[in-house]
Amino acid sequence: MREVDAIVAEALAVFAGIDDADRLEQAKARYLGKSGALTGLLKGLGKLPAVERPAFGSRINAAKEQLETALREQRSRIQERKLEASLKEETLDVTLPGRGLGGGGLHPVTRTMDRIEALFRSMGFEVADGPEIETDYYNFTALNSPENHPARSMQDTFYLADGKHLLRTHTSPIQIRYLESHRPPVRIIAPGRVFRVDAVDATHSPMFHQIEGLWVDEHVTFAGLKGVLIEFLGKFFERDDLRVRFRPSFFPFTEPSAEIDMSFGEGWLEMGGAGMVHPNVLANVNINSEKYQGFAFGLGPDRLAMLRYGVNDLRLFFENDLRFLKQFN
Amino acid sequence: MKLSENWLRTFVNPPLSTEELAHALTMGGVEVELIEPVAPPFDQVVVGEVMKVDRHPDADRLTVCRVNAGGKPLTIVCGAPNVATGSKVPTALPGARLPGMTIQAAKVRGVESQGMLCSAKELGLAEDAAGLLMLPADAAVGGDVRRLLDLDDCLLTLKPTPNRGDCLSVAGVAREAAAVTGAALVPLEAGTVRATIADRLGVILEAPQAGPRYCGRLVRGVNAGAPTPEWMVRRLSRSGIRPLGALVDITNYVMLELGQPLHAFDAARLEGGIRVRFARDGEQLTLLNGQTARLTPDFLLIADDAKAVALAGVMGGIETAVNDGTRDVFLESAFFAPEAVAGKSRRLGFSSESAYRFERGVDFAGTAAALERATQLVLEICGGAAGPVSEAHAAFPAREPVRLRLGRAERLLGVRLDGAQVSDILCRLRFEFTAIEGEFRVTPPSYRFDIAIEEDLIEELARIHGYDRIPSALPAAAAAMLPVPEKRRDAAAIRRLLAARDYQEIVSYSFVDAAWERDLAGNDGPLALANPIAGHLGVMRSSLAGGLVSALAHNLARKQARVRLFEIGRCFMTAASGDYLQPVRVGALACGDAFHEQWGSTARRADFFDVKGDVEALLAPRAAEFRPAEHPALHPGKSALIVCEGRMAGWIGELHPRWQRKYDLPLPPVLFELEYDVISERGLPAYNDISKFPPVRRDIAAVVDEGTSYQAILEGLRRGRPAIVTEIGLFDIYRGTGVETGKKSLAFRVLLQDTRKTLSDAEVESAVSQLRRILQQQFNAKLR
Repeated sequence: MREVDAIVAEALAVFAGIDDADRLEQAKARYLGKSGALTGLLKGLGKLPAVERPAFGSRINAAKEQLETALREQRSRIQERKLEASLKEETLDVTLPGRGLGGGGLHPVTRTMDRIEALFRSMGFEVADGPEIETDYYNFTALNSPENHPARSMQDTFYLADGKHLLRTHTSPIQIRYLESHRPPVRIIAPGRVFRVDAVDATHSPMFHQIEGLWVDEHVTFAGLKGVLIEFLGKFFERDDLRVRFRPSFFPFTEPSAEIDMSFGEGWLEMGGAGMVHPNVLANVNINSEKYQGFAFGLGPDRLAMLRYGVNDLRLFFENDLRFLKQFN
Repeated sequence: MKLSENWLRTFVNPPLSTEELAHALTMGGVEVELIEPVAPPFDQVVVGEVMKVDRHPDADRLTVCRVNAGGKPLTIVCGAPNVATGSKVPTALPGARLPGMTIQAAKVRGVESQGMLCSAKELGLAEDAAGLLMLPADAAVGGDVRRLLDLDDCLLTLKPTPNRGDCLSVAGVAREAAAVTGAALVPLEAGTVRATIADRLGVILEAPQAGPRYCGRLVRGVNAGAPTPEWMVRRLSRSGIRPLGALVDITNYVMLELGQPLHAFDAARLEGGIRVRFARDGEQLTLLNGQTARLTPDFLLIADDAKAVALAGVMGGIETAVNDGTRDVFLESAFFAPEAVAGKSRRLGFSSESAYRFERGVDFAGTAAALERATQLVLEICGGAAGPVSEAHAAFPAREPVRLRLGRAERLLGVRLDGAQVSDILCRLRFEFTAIEGEFRVTPPSYRFDIAIEEDLIEELARIHGYDRIPSALPAAAAAMLPVPEKRRDAAAIRRLLAARDYQEIVSYSFVDAAWERDLAGNDGPLALANPIAGHLGVMRSSLAGGLVSALAHNLARKQARVRLFEIGRCFMTAASGDYLQPVRVGALACGDAFHEQWGSTARRADFFDVKGDVEALLAPRAAEFRPAEHPALHPGKSALIVCEGRMAGWIGELHPRWQRKYDLPLPPVLFELEYDVISERGLPAYNDISKFPPVRRDIAAVVDEGTSYQAILEGLRRGRPAIVTEIGLFDIYRGTGVETGKKSLAFRVLLQDTRKTLSDAEVESAVSQLRRILQQQFNAKLR
């Protein structure tokens, strides 16, 4: 019995000192293999008196069990250490830059128009579109702006050399085009490019953007117009300290008409025009203005983008300088 | 329009500060754009009379003046060249605070100076001044210069909207201010002038609709050279009108005051009576501005028995103009219909104060009163004897009563105004009305040309009530979902895809240089603008290429080595039918390295196939065909027409070396331009059974002529393939050792699969043999 204890103690010490898987298996053979020390003792079992055999046998089995356990533990320790060592070797400089294509980006005005569209869509507005080369009828006449009327000189118009067409001065022709093919209730916004004969400076451009809005139904009111635009500006700028005011103005295609001013604190900024759709406009698209009424508005996405991102010069939007454009990616 | 606040306050004087008054006008709809004080603050500047001027003992350029400024005579050293005995000049007393300085008694080159004689510049009244500001000879010595020159005044710059012609005068703005503030209006006391002579001119209205009212009167024996009074010059200048002589100044003054444009003719130059008539075709008239206008029959004229003398409501003729020598003057005050004047001065290429007002509508009830006012001023300033008024009139513009329903107003505005509120507002506006049970009938006044329908009146109610007092409320609407079409991709999705593939969006002008169109779109007949802002922005683009190449050049010139740009926008062209087409296009270009410079990957230039990969990604899951084809902008050997499901989708290619040189680009970009309509379409996914049986792969290498296109071979193989061949793809191209010059070796990957069973070797071999035969027979391929 004492021999068994000695072998176990020796084997445990040997196992614990080995840090290599192969050598551990060799050591295992020395104790548990066919000619191993413990196996040898077991072979001597027959020489013992019969009464002692069961006790000795179970003692040896217990010792084998003990050594197997010790081996398992040592094996997993060795594996663990090996893994740790290899992990150390595989370590990357994770601070190196990533590889592959970089990302491009959207123009700041597009980005702004996308947000405006998303906000109005969430209120049930559909997005409509229209041509940039327009006729006098859609750009002016149908919008209640007769020829030679002083209101026309509010907007200096680009004409095509054919004498019949022009570049739309606002997105409002889309009101007419849409209402020609859709009956109320109608709720749309229409973003796009517009053109006016203007010299280029920090706040003027011969081409800029506009977003038209139109809501026609039976009970759409001026109070509703105020509600929608105040809601929009608050959500667009993500501020609740905005002040918005509506001030009487004149557009041939709305009555009453309003100019929308906004303030972040001091001074008022003109954000766009709006009003209740003029009955003549509804009549031009065969809508009964006693039954239906609505509001329309025009907002300037360029202006909104300038205020949102702190851009101080409109020209930057059309110079297409990557050093500018990349700031909005 | 600029006007003096003090002048305005002679008509209406609400207990409001300048800013409050401006705010009230703005919020009522007549925007006050700017408030400017006419003079900066200064004090203790009085009228001083120069009694004596001596040379300064020690300085050539200085004088020593004795000045009577009301108290003890003062000794003041002065450096102005125009100082003269007897003149009255602004005198700053010791202690006076002037813009940027304080005046103290001090020695100047050894002589005690007890103040300063001032120029307009020193008082902040002008940018420059050559010498002392000369005050009127009758100015009271010792009097406050600020009061004398009415300097405690502000200039209001008003921006009335085009429908408010009635606010283009001091009296009109005053009427508006009275309505919005509720303050009392003090009307101008305009009496009538009694005729002291009997002379008169006959007036005949030959175009009574265009010119329905004409009043005129002769004043004989005037002194046209009389000086215009200071107060009138001051008010005119503050409104930006240059004094031009007493008679013209008076007509301008009355126009500013009452809004009625007037004209003064030299009566000696008129032959016979006055006729208001349309021009004869080709009739000519030389105007006051020197321009000779060749007229058409829609121009309304003032003529005498012999000739045209003025363009009605626009500008007078030069021949009958008054001058300092004029003795007899014929004053005109008339009403011309807005439609008769509208657009005329624009057509002649100028604008006039008179046309500006007539186009917007002048009060046809005020014609005679304005003539009386002008006559009074002429008699006062130039003397003379007035004749009786000759007046002719026809039917005035109709002023039909307009119905106004309280219910309609509430329905439109979303706020309820009761009958009393509405009555009060209409009274403040001085509108005549009757009211029966919630329904008003309102007759617009003669000076309002913008009240024709109920909504016009509702706007009046809203603005006088105050837009800011109308509540804001989100409208209620029936719940409805917006359509979300799955078979179309919107422009936003295409933009995001291009941005994710490292392209930067640009926005370029829709009008471009005609040269870009010729070079980059092969377009010799682009749609031209009649009035471009610049020659190089003269035509509408038929391609996005110009804007992209120009933005590329801009950025390369700014040291950007790698530029990848895209734009989505409309292009413009004429269809065979003559109609204009305005398709939306998606254009892009890539120039420089395929990847931005980075570690661990070898730098290489982006080429045709990199960009083609981007196009394929844009079109996916649909596969396009790229047909070799030439395009004026592109390298003839490196360009392709893109066809997608039988429709022309666009172009791709490397920029032609000729344009690379011309547009000064160090590297040639690869460009593509696609039709948005074609590429936005996409199919709805439809499920196919996934085979449970493993695919088999076989590779085939075929050596073919260099000129044989991959696409042709692929199509040949696809056409003739057995059904179990599910995919054929290219995985390598080899040229070099082992392959003859003029040949290329293409390595194809072939996947074979059956959805119902595992393929046998024999089936696979038979299928591959069939493909090999196609390659040999149709493409003369040697198989390796």
